This record gives sequence, C-alpha cells and structure tokens, in this order.
Amino acid sequence: MSFLLPCPNCGPRPVDEFTCTGEVTVRPQSSPTFRELTDYLYFRRNAAGVQREWWCHRLGCEAWFQAERDTRTNEVLSTEVPAEK
Amino acid sequence: MRLPPQPGERLDRGRELEFTFHGAEVRGFEGDSIASALFGEGQRVFSRSFKYHRPRGLLCCQGTCPNCMLAVDSIPNVRTCVTPLTEGARVEAQNFRGSLDHDLLAVTDKIGGPFTPVGFYYRTMIRPRRFWPLYEKFLRSVAGLGKIDKHRGRERRYDVEHRRAEVLVIGAGASGREAARRHAAEGRHVVVVEADPARLDAGEGFEVISGTAIGIYEGGLVPVDAGTVLYRYRAERIVVAAGAVEQPLVFPGNDLVGVVLPEAVRRLVGRWSLRPGARAVVISADDGGLDTVGFLERAGTELAEVVDLRERRVREIAAKGKGGRVEAVSLDGKQIACDLLVMSGGRQPAYALLAHAGAKVNYDHNRGIFLAAELPSGVEAVGAAAGDGISAGIPAATYNGASGKGKCFVCVCEDVTDKDVKRAIAEGFDSIELAKRYTTVTMGPCQGKLCHVPSIRLYARENETDEATIGTTTARPPWQPVELGLLAGRPHEPAQRTSIHHRHKELGAKMMWTGTWRRPHSYGDPAGEAKNTHDALGVIDVSTLGKLLVSGPDAVAFLERLYPNRFADLKTGRIRYGVLNSDAGRIMDDGTIARLAEDDFYVTTTSTGAGAVVEWFEWWNAVWGMDVEIVNVTGALAAVNVAGPNARELMARLTDLDVSSEAFTYLDAKHAHVTGVPSLILRIGFVGELGYEIHFPSPYGEHLLDEILEHGADLGVRPFGLEPQRILRLEKMHILVGQDTDSESNVLEASMPWIAKLDKDDFVGKWSLEHVLERGFREQLVGFETESGVVPDEGGQIVIGGRPGGRVTSARWSDHLGRAIGMAWVPPDLAEEDAELAVKVNGSVEKARVRLRPFFDPDGEHLRM
Repeated sequence: MSFLLPCPNCGPRPVDEFTCTGEVTVRPQSSPTFRELTDYLYFRRNAAGVQREWWCHRLGCEAWFQAERDTRTNEVLSTEVPAEK
Repeated sequence: MRLPPQPGERLDRGRELEFTFHGAEVRGFEGDSIASALFGEGQRVFSRSFKYHRPRGLLCCQGTCPNCMLAVDSIPNVRTCVTPLTEGARVEAQNFRGSLDHDLLAVTDKIGGPFTPVGFYYRTMIRPRRFWPLYEKFLRSVAGLGKIDKHRGRERRYDVEHRRAEVLVIGAGASGREAARRHAAEGRHVVVVEADPARLDAGEGFEVISGTAIGIYEGGLVPVDAGTVLYRYRAERIVVAAGAVEQPLVFPGNDLVGVVLPEAVRRLVGRWSLRPGARAVVISADDGGLDTVGFLERAGTELAEVVDLRERRVREIAAKGKGGRVEAVSLDGKQIACDLLVMSGGRQPAYALLAHAGAKVNYDHNRGIFLAAELPSGVEAVGAAAGDGISAGIPAATYNGASGKGKCFVCVCEDVTDKDVKRAIAEGFDSIELAKRYTTVTMGPCQGKLCHVPSIRLYARENETDEATIGTTTARPPWQPVELGLLAGRPHEPAQRTSIHHRHKELGAKMMWTGTWRRPHSYGDPAGEAKNTHDALGVIDVSTLGKLLVSGPDAVAFLERLYPNRFADLKTGRIRYGVLNSDAGRIMDDGTIARLAEDDFYVTTTSTGAGAVVEWFEWWNAVWGMDVEIVNVTGALAAVNVAGPNARELMARLTDLDVSSEAFTYLDAKHAHVTGVPSLILRIGFVGELGYEIHFPSPYGEHLLDEILEHGADLGVRPFGLEPQRILRLEKMHILVGQDTDSESNVLEASMPWIAKLDKDDFVGKWSLEHVLERGFREQLVGFETESGVVPDEGGQIVIGGRPGGRVTSARWSDHLGRAIGMAWVPPDLAEEDAELAVKVNGSVEKARVRLRPFFDPDGEHLRM
C-alpha cells in the first residue's frame, strides 16, 4: 500500500503515516446476546468495494476520522471527523 | 592507452586519479567510470559468471548487464561501468576461487554442462540424505554473487526523503527533455530523473536530478535511488522516457569477452577515448550496430566484416575464443579473426516502469517489439520507451543457437543457455511464468533487460507459436538493482531516554531495553538494592510511565465507560488503580487514575503502553463524541518513586507538606513543591513499601534526583533499578501487564475480580467479562513458591498428570523472604491456597505451593504506614 490518504486536518499524506483499525462497527446498545456480542467483536463484512473505516493520523495530527475507501482500488471517496454528540 | 581527445570526450586529462584493483595501484582520469579506467589499464576480464564461472568482460557499458559488477570499497555488486571513478577507490573482483584469471571453480564450465542443467540442485544433491549438510555447506559457499563485508556494513548510512513534483519525468534523453519543456511551459513544477551522469545538464524551467527510478508504485509513488538517499517521489503526472534497451544476439559463444553491444563501443570510444579492440566484426539486426562503424573507424579499429542481418541471411554464427576471450567468429562456416564482436539484436522499448504502473504489454508484430498499452491515467510514455524511432528489425535472425557447438546464452546473469530453456519446455513448463521460475531467466541483476525478449522468442520458436501468444512475465520493481540498505533506510533503533538518563550512568547503572526505553536494570547489586528499599529508602526513575491528562465536563463519564472500575465516587485528591480492557474482555494496560479536580484526572499507564493507551482513549472519544480533552504529557513530565520506611522523613525534608499518615494517606494525590520544583505527588506503592511517586517537569530530572540523594543520604537512600523493582513487586503479587498477562487474559481470571464492577450499566469489556463468569474460568493467575528454593524459568511449564497444564509467568528469588517466588497460570481447581504444583525446571520437576495472597505484607500495612 502506498496510496495517499487525505487527512481531514493535514491533507493528502502517505498512507504509512496512518493506522487503520478496520471497518466502522456498531457497538450493541445494551446487554447483547452471546451471538450479537461475537458478531460485534469478531465478524466483519470484509467488503470488496466501498467500506467505512476508522483511521488515525498517528504520525501527524493524531486525529481519528472515518474514511470511505474502495478496498479494490484504495480510492478514498471521503473522510470525516465524527462530530461531538 | 588512450586515443587522442575525441569529440564529446568526458575525461579531464589534467586530473589523474589513483585507485587500487586487487591491491595493485592503477590510474584513470576524472570523468572515467571505474570500468573504463580498468579497461584503459588493459583489464579485459572483469568478473566470473554466476554458475559456470566463465570469464566475462564489458558487454553493455550502460549499467544493464552483470559483467562489470565488482566490489568497490567493500560494497559488493557495484556496476562499475556506470560508477564514476573516485580517488583511492578499492576495487576487487568477485565470484572466483584462486584468481580472476585462473578461477578454480571454472571447472563447472568444463565438466558441468551435461551434469548441471537447469534445476540440477532440485534433483541431485538430495541423496544420500545424510550428506546434505556437506552439500549445503559447499552450495552456500559457491552460491550468490559478491560478499558482504560484515564489519563495514554499518559504515554506510542511508536516508529516505519524501519529495513532490507536479510532473516527474523519468529519463533525460531528447524526448524526456522535450516532455519536460512542454510541461514546464504550461507552468508545472517538473523534475527529471536521470541515471547517466553525462545527461544531467539542467533544462529550461525544470530540474534534472541524478538518480534511478526503480519502480512506479500505487498512488504514483516513484522511489528514486540516488546513491545513499532514496527519494520517495510523489507526482501528479509521471512521464516515462526510459528509452530502449539494446538486445543481444543469441549464438554459441555470445558471452565471450570481446562480444559487446553497440553502446559499449559508443561509450568506450566517444566518452573515454578507448580503443575497444584491434579488429572488429559487426553483426546487426538493426541500425544500432551499423552506427558503431564510425566510432570504430575513429578508434583505429580494423573492420573485418560488417553484417546487416536484414540484408544478408546468415545461417550460422558462432564465436570462438581462447581463455574466454573472443578470437574469431564463424559466419556460415567462414572464419573471421577478431578480438571485438559487436552484436545488435534490435532495441526493445523499456516498458517495465509502465507495466509497474498498470499498463498492458502487447506485441507489435511489424517491428518485433513489446509495447506498453492502455496506460493508466496520470502516466505517459514518450520517445523510445513508447516505441518511437524504433525501426523494424529481423527478430527471427536474433536466434542462432541450434547451429553451433558451445554454450549459447539466453541469460548472462544467471548463466542460462538455450538448452536449459529447451529442456524446461521438454519437462513441461508450458507457461512463460513457470519456465521463468524454473530456469531463473530474467531473475538476475539485469531483471530481464537483456534476456526477457530473447527467452520469449526462443519459447515461441520451440512451441511453434508467436511472441504475442507466449506473452511476457509480470514486470515488478525494482527496475534497476538497488542496495538493500537503501530500501531499509537509516538503521533506526529508536531509543527513548529519560531526563535522568545520564545521572543513572554516572551512578553506575547497567542499562537495559524495555520497549524503546533505556532504563537502569540495576546499579550493580539488584538484591542489595531491593533489601535497601525494604530496610531504609530506595529511589527509582519511573519517568517512562505513560502520563495523560483527561479533563472536561464528560471526563468522569468517559473514564467510567473505559475502565471497569467506578470513578464517579472517587474523591478529588484520591487515587484508584485501574485496568483497561478491550471489548473482548482482554487486559490491555494498567495504571493509576488520580482525580485532581471535579473534571480533571491524571492517568498513568505502563511504560510500553503509553502510545497505545493514548490512541485507545482518543478513539473511544471519537466514537462516543464526548466532551473530553486528552493530553499526553508522557515526555513533558518526569517521575521518581521514593519507597521505604524512611520515605516519609525524606518527603518531610523535601516539601512543606504535612506528611503525617493522617494528612497524607495512602492513595492521596497532592500538589506541592519538592525542593522548589512544582510537582504532583501520588502516594502509591508498586514495590510494597511506604512510597511516594513524584511527577514533575522533565527538565528538573537530574536536579530532583540529586536533591533526593543528598537529603536522603543519612536516611540510607540508594537508587534501585528495574530488576530489584521486579523482585519487590513480585513479593506483592502486583501483576506486570504483558509479563503476567497476555492477549487472552482477563481481569477475572487474572485474580482481580474486585476491579470489575459488573453492576455498572456499561463499560468496555463488560459483556465479555459477564460471559467469562457464565462459561466459568479456564485458568487462573496465582502466586507460588517452590519447596526446594529453586527458581523456575519464566515461561516454564506447570505439569499436571505428565502434561503441560499451566505456565510460569514470573519467578525470582526473594532475599527478603528467603524463598523462591513466582506467579503462574494454573487450572481453576488448583487455584487454592497450598495446592501442590509440579513445575518443570531444567528437565526435572519441582514441587511448589500455590499462594493466593501477597508473599510480603499481605494486608498492606507497610503501604498504609
């Protein structure tokens, strides 16, 4: 992987400045069943196509943000810092 | 011997350079390449070939072939034909036993032919099996090209530099410069990369840098080899003007010394005023060979015969030699004496970089060349690399193998002959990709520049098909040989040192690595240092702890959700131990959390976990979108821990605080000045004795330690290192995350159930911990002591019924207790006080007893003193 990833703060930077922790997952709201828990912990869509991921600009501004990336081409369609709730 | 000055000569004849070849002093001129200087001194044999150890001489003179690869100043495999000569260079030939002229291993050429066909090492040398170590030893000694000087390897430093350009042009030939001018005229920032030192003149509106593009990677990344710096170029547009590569002819004896490609003649004569030979034969399938005639005439080389294969059909070409040097060439049976044979099999566009970028490669039947097509956006090809100016040659004429005797090389790098390729086909390697891996054609230093097309032609011919059907193998970087060091970059071993580092060394500390930190292992007497902490007063540098400030209106709620403990009820000025879990319930890190104010917390982490914890905190904060600020102050603050019965007296001397146990109790956090240094003091005790952890601005590190040692001298203060700390914490059964726990451990099974407040609504890891309770424990972390006093190895086995049933995570001898103590994971039914364990130590089994409470001061009276 050597593509450029646009950090929402710093602009396009080599991808090796970032950490990716994978797909954005949805944490169960309350007391999940065992099945729901293991789905959340261990199962991923692993899409061949566009997926939403968590990235951190570890060697830069250290911000966490979400990116929409096409896993087939590494094209990054959008990035976004999640808003405070 | 040099010719009179030639037009365009690159020599500065006023500047003679002295260097050595195998220890002998030799000379060249400024402007020479190492190879041209050696050629000028009469050297004709430059190397021994990879497999057959045949003498090899200059062939391409443009950095393509492996023939001129020598060791220069202990760096192996330097392509000396393109390496400028420098004063005092130490040059040595490689890949021979004995001497370059009389290589003992050349015997493989004499007898080896029939016995060492392609892939012989897969088939022979495997029986009898017990002889393999001998075979292996021999094979290893003869394998490979060049030797690495293990002692000098680190003297050469490499760096990586990130650079950008709007347009990057690869190649500064006429078409590269034209493209550069065109882009520059449109106002773009253009950089041209050129490997040939003769073509580095600056252009109008663009920069020309010296270096070699070694590939085109994803995202338009072009690494450029510039000697000891690797430029990582990122360009919006890449123009490939890499030219074309002169192709050899394939005939018996085509590797003899004196058989050259046309560019060798052009450079030897035109650049370095050297006469390439006394009597020449030129055989050419295109114009490339023919235009060397002028150069040969200027050099005074006698032209014995010039053959244009497009006009004259030659059935048989065979070069004959003596001592590896060409003596004559036989053309359809007619012997022509010569010491120089110029061959040209046409030019093949250098499409590899374009293929790296994702272009397709098609065969052009009319011209007999492979061409890149369907270039990806942002990449263009110009000049010969795009096929411009390459006229039709006669591809069929380039192969003349079947006719003569003697070895007929398809690939000079790997010593692969036409017979090897035919044999691979006969053995059923029916795809070019498989045949490549079997024969290793194209896998040598030239990366297929000289052998790819000839091998495809031979393959097509043998399979009675055409080149288009055979197709090409996948082109992969690097396009040019590159030093491994350049890819590895500067040998960074990041070392983090605390602000007290140098004082530790002055105090005689033995330093050790803990992650990236350098920390004192001990000051020479681990047991004595531990004892002194029990008996009097010890001080340890704990600046390596991760330190975070967590503040904001949501800070309490944030920590309540991250930690399994409760924090809402933590009073200002109080401290609580916390263990961080993942949502899978696994232990990630541990540390202390001090509440400094209603919305301000000071969080410490383990020394190696600081980075991961900060990232973890920041991530959850992004997920939850809470109103929390997280500031990493790990480097900004230093910290020392003073511990021992005399610690209170010391703190009384260093601060204005009321340090009585009523006013400053265990797990209190207080701001104070310590010998004038603004500090945060945490009354905690990892080592089990009355202790104070002083956190303060890093620059005061040495000052504070000095004050402690001075004011505590009569209290018996001594610094202690990590090893005594490990003994002391083990006496208290305090876990070390990562030592006593692994990626599977959870707080329940690690015997810290009191940490997890499962009645809280939610916290990270809660559901998984609930599941652990539901499924029941599989193992448990306990303490143990061996009956014999033997200290087992950390990682040693607990044996149950003759099988491994548990493992030791920590073990030490405690002088203070007079016992060998440790911690271990055991099955839950053995997690009972006094249960008997069998611990494997050096092959025998030692009896041990389980201990569930701390070995030392189980009720924490020393801590609360």
